[in-house]
Amino acid sequence: MKHINILIDNIRIAAREGQTVFDAALDNGIYIPGLCHHPDLKPMGMCRLCIVEIAGRGLTTSCTAMVEEEMSVITENEEINQIRRTTAQLITANHTGECFTCKQNDRCGLQKVASYLGIEHNGDKPMRQRKEELLVDDSNPFFTLDMNKCVLCGICVRTCDELQGDNAIDYVNRGPLTIISTFNNQPLFDSACKSCGECVARCPVGALTFKGFLNPSREVRTICTYCGVGCSFYLGIRGNSIVSVRGDRNGPANKGSLCVKGRFGNGFVNDPRRLTVPLIKKNGKFEESGWEEALDLIAGKFKINKNGLFACFSSAKCTNEENYVIQKFTRAVMGTNNIDHCARLCHAPSVSGLAQSLGSGAMTNSIDEISGARTIFAIGTNTTWAHPVLALQIKKAVLGGGTLIVANPKRIDLCSHAEIFLQHKPGTDVVLMMGMMRVIVDEGLQDNLFIDERTENLAPLIESLKDFNLDYVQLVTGVDKDNIIKAARLYASQKPSSILYAMGITQHSHGTDNVLATSNLALLTGNIGKLSTGVNPLRGQNNVQGACDMGALPNMYPGYQKVADETVRNKFQKAWNARLSNKPGLTHTEIVDAIDRGEVKALYQVGENPVMSEADSGHIMQALLKLDFFVVQDIFMTRTAQYADVILPASSFAEKSGTFTNTERRVQKVRQAIAPIGQSRADWEITCEMAKRMGAEGFDYNSTEEIMTEISLLTPIYGGITGEKIENQGIQWPCPDTDHPGTPFLHGEKFQTPSGRGKFMPLRYIPSSEPPSKEFPLILTTDRSLFHFHTSTMTGRITGLNLLDSEEFILINPADADILGIGDRELVRISTRRGSLEVRIKITDVCPPGIVSMTFHFENTHTNLLTSPALDPVAKIPETKVAAARIDKINR
Amino acid sequence: MHEKIDEIFRGFQSKEEELIPLLQRVQNVQGFISVPSMKRIAGFLRIPESKVFSVATFYAQFRFAPVGKTHVMLCRGTACHVKNAPKILEELENQLGIRSGETSGNREFSLETVACIGACSLAPCIVVNDEVKANLTPKMVKKMFRQNTPS
Ligand code: SF4
Ligand code: SF4
Ligand code: SF4
Ligand code: FES
Ligand code: FES
Repeated sequence: MKHINILIDNIRIAAREGQTVFDAALDNGIYIPGLCHHPDLKPMGMCRLCIVEIAGRGLTTSCTAMVEEEMSVITENEEINQIRRTTAQLITANHTGECFTCKQNDRCGLQKVASYLGIEHNGDKPMRQRKEELLVDDSNPFFTLDMNKCVLCGICVRTCDELQGDNAIDYVNRGPLTIISTFNNQPLFDSACKSCGECVARCPVGALTFKGFLNPSREVRTICTYCGVGCSFYLGIRGNSIVSVRGDRNGPANKGSLCVKGRFGNGFVNDPRRLTVPLIKKNGKFEESGWEEALDLIAGKFKINKNGLFACFSSAKCTNEENYVIQKFTRAVMGTNNIDHCARLCHAPSVSGLAQSLGSGAMTNSIDEISGARTIFAIGTNTTWAHPVLALQIKKAVLGGGTLIVANPKRIDLCSHAEIFLQHKPGTDVVLMMGMMRVIVDEGLQDNLFIDERTENLAPLIESLKDFNLDYVQLVTGVDKDNIIKAARLYASQKPSSILYAMGITQHSHGTDNVLATSNLALLTGNIGKLSTGVNPLRGQNNVQGACDMGALPNMYPGYQKVADETVRNKFQKAWNARLSNKPGLTHTEIVDAIDRGEVKALYQVGENPVMSEADSGHIMQALLKLDFFVVQDIFMTRTAQYADVILPASSFAEKSGTFTNTERRVQKVRQAIAPIGQSRADWEITCEMAKRMGAEGFDYNSTEEIMTEISLLTPIYGGITGEKIENQGIQWPCPDTDHPGTPFLHGEKFQTPSGRGKFMPLRYIPSSEPPSKEFPLILTTDRSLFHFHTSTMTGRITGLNLLDSEEFILINPADADILGIGDRELVRISTRRGSLEVRIKITDVCPPGIVSMTFHFENTHTNLLTSPALDPVAKIPETKVAAARIDKINR
Repeated sequence: MHEKIDEIFRGFQSKEEELIPLLQRVQNVQGFISVPSMKRIAGFLRIPESKVFSVATFYAQFRFAPVGKTHVMLCRGTACHVKNAPKILEELENQLGIRSGETSGNREFSLETVACIGACSLAPCIVVNDEVKANLTPKMVKKMFRQNTPS
């Protein structure tokens, strides 16, 4: 960063290039009064309080003046003071409210300005323009908008526009009647507002204030426990309770931003419904027990159910250290590789597919590189809902002149930022992308140099493209071929181009093929191994990347080292001083089948709720009844825990230390903020206790750091991870040794395949396993809500989130609703080959005709009873995105 | 209504700077700017709905409710202002039971304030369905509308 010398009040200071005078002063500890400037936003110059005198220019607003070499700035003289005082008086005159009772008291920008300028609050009544009390919008469950305190600085409007891209609010009316309001003056609750609270966090006065937050007595920096973006935030604590949340401006993934779940969704930690003591089922009823009794019982039962009789579901919500300990326990103590976790149900095809073509199944590039892409191809990701803070990077790219191409069967929110929207039919992703590749090859837009130097196996791909002429592609996908051509040209030529995808790609019976189509596209155009390019699977859970990294997978030890590889196995046998099975274990879906067949008799499940989250959940519900012994370790009673023989109370993320690895492979520190609730214990402590009771060695860790030391010794990609190294910004793996700076993007020099080259994979079109039929004429697809997470075991405890999204609705196109003769919000019956449910409908053109959509967030409408168990043959992921369905009117 | 809006759009190119001309056309055709029409305009110009509303409410010329059978416009120009227009407005609001910019529930009356209507020598004045009423006092306003006031 270049330094610029300027003089402020004749004192020489070093400013940064591209900085405003206002910010440069602030950075050097010099206060200039001002209300409308915010460092995250474009300079505006609205309030005029920050005027200074710049030599040669006269009076000017310092928040809009950029620093220049040898610039001389005077921040205060009689004239400046006079103007500032008049301006400030105008503002205070129209500002009502008692400071003492105001939530912003102590932090208020206006108080600061007034006291600096020596303005008395009541000396200015004649300047009052407004007569009446203005409305207070109290409709949002998390914050209040009080126009009586607003200084019209516009920071909220610009935040919602420039940073969030949501434009929920703007100035309304003019002159003295001007207010901040929504479209048609709706209450915020009914408006386009996404409740992120970013505007509230920036409002300088008490006009926008958080409802539930209190001033904390201390703050702890840690990582959000919801999605894979991995936002860094400060939990504000009083006693043993979380009383506030604040984004961390140094957070590498979020740069201070948070979404509604991360900011307002942490109340579950102190929820009175938390599990606080171990429970043992006796005569069909859960009874409280002590830890000793519960652990002894478990140790006894597990001892007689070792090897193939045992299986474990680990947790993508737990830390790396915990996943490491849990898989070590399964392998070294229980003698089996039967361990898996929910990644099987979300990104298994990314792991298996990208391992074949690129050699590594993680996001190739970093979150903050996305905004640098000139073309973004977002397929099968509802990013603004499922990864809200990562979506800000997409919006930033578009704002900076980049082009967004969205491919999705539904008209998702992201479409409003897109140049091209490819609304393809569910399950036709391979066809769509092969069509794009066909255009690229036919028009010679491929990157020949890159192909020659870095890839292999092109000929079979080209051969397989023959089946995909554009008329056929248009017919199968339902997308106008002109749009496909436009998208292909943009992606191939307006570089760097980045592919983002999520479960719209993976949750199919041909999910692995879908993933391979994305890597083919990137390899063909050289859009990989460089900044702001890549193939980027957006991971769902906070630590699903880490759970995979730590070997909570049936065929991999930590660091994707193969169970079947003798040398690797010997290494782990030696390190763990145990005999290890060389037989890859069963996957999540296969474990359920094995339980059903009576082969697996004991199940240890940590932090997961498969009864709600597994496709065709009727199957798992009856299978679980066949278990001899079922241990669930969780923070709340869940639908799945009801089936358990023993339930162990675990501590939440706020109560423990360790690391999470976010979707961009960044290992970040999780810091304990409060003491464990009740008698709950950290998951790693519980598993270690079990192991010790079973006489195992190597489980007497004193801290999570000790576990990480062991991980780094055995896991080359984590080789250089130490607590010290990740203290501030985390580290992106691979990080082989302590001198290594980590890896922001993968495949820069070579791919991790055996040959070191990226491998093209020929593909053909395999239709989804359940095409619509006469009996089931609709396609049911699944999605997520912005306001809930997964099976809502946590978000479902937050009153405000439940208000914002209270129940399941089937989204249905007006044309389909017409045919069925059903009205908006009407209760209907939806059925698939596996079951049926009564749910209300919401009529919307988000869904095209023929396609209906549901989430799986609500216990009383158990969507996964309906979804299809058809598996991808390689990745064994069920086809949660496509099921043939029927909707019937209920006649009562 | 949908068709009418489509027809209006036909003359435009979907550029952001067409917002105000579009609002004017819609008001000319519909007599006011409805909520659905603002949504359509936002979609057509690919700008946020809140932006359309912000711009539309900034200009006094735009109306958000259909005018009533009797449409009253009060001049707020300088001359009228000096000659007590604010008091006239107060009286009008009292008599008609609506605020400036509103239309009564039964669609009988609508009231709006406008810039100088070029009859300054007759100030203060109002226009009732295109007819200018000059040199008003609150009393005259009361008389003019009393029988119509909902009791
Ligand atoms: S909470 Fe977020 S979406 Fe809502 S108005 Fe504020 S910035 Fe916009
Ligand atoms: S609500 Fe706050 S941020 Fe928004 S304009 Fe008013 S004072 Fe500024
Ligand atoms: S985007 Fe994800 S990680 Fe960030 S605050 Fe929201 S839920 Fe938490
Ligand atoms: S802070 Fe510079 S004009 Fe408001
Ligand atoms: S000021 Fe009212 S007519 Fe001119």
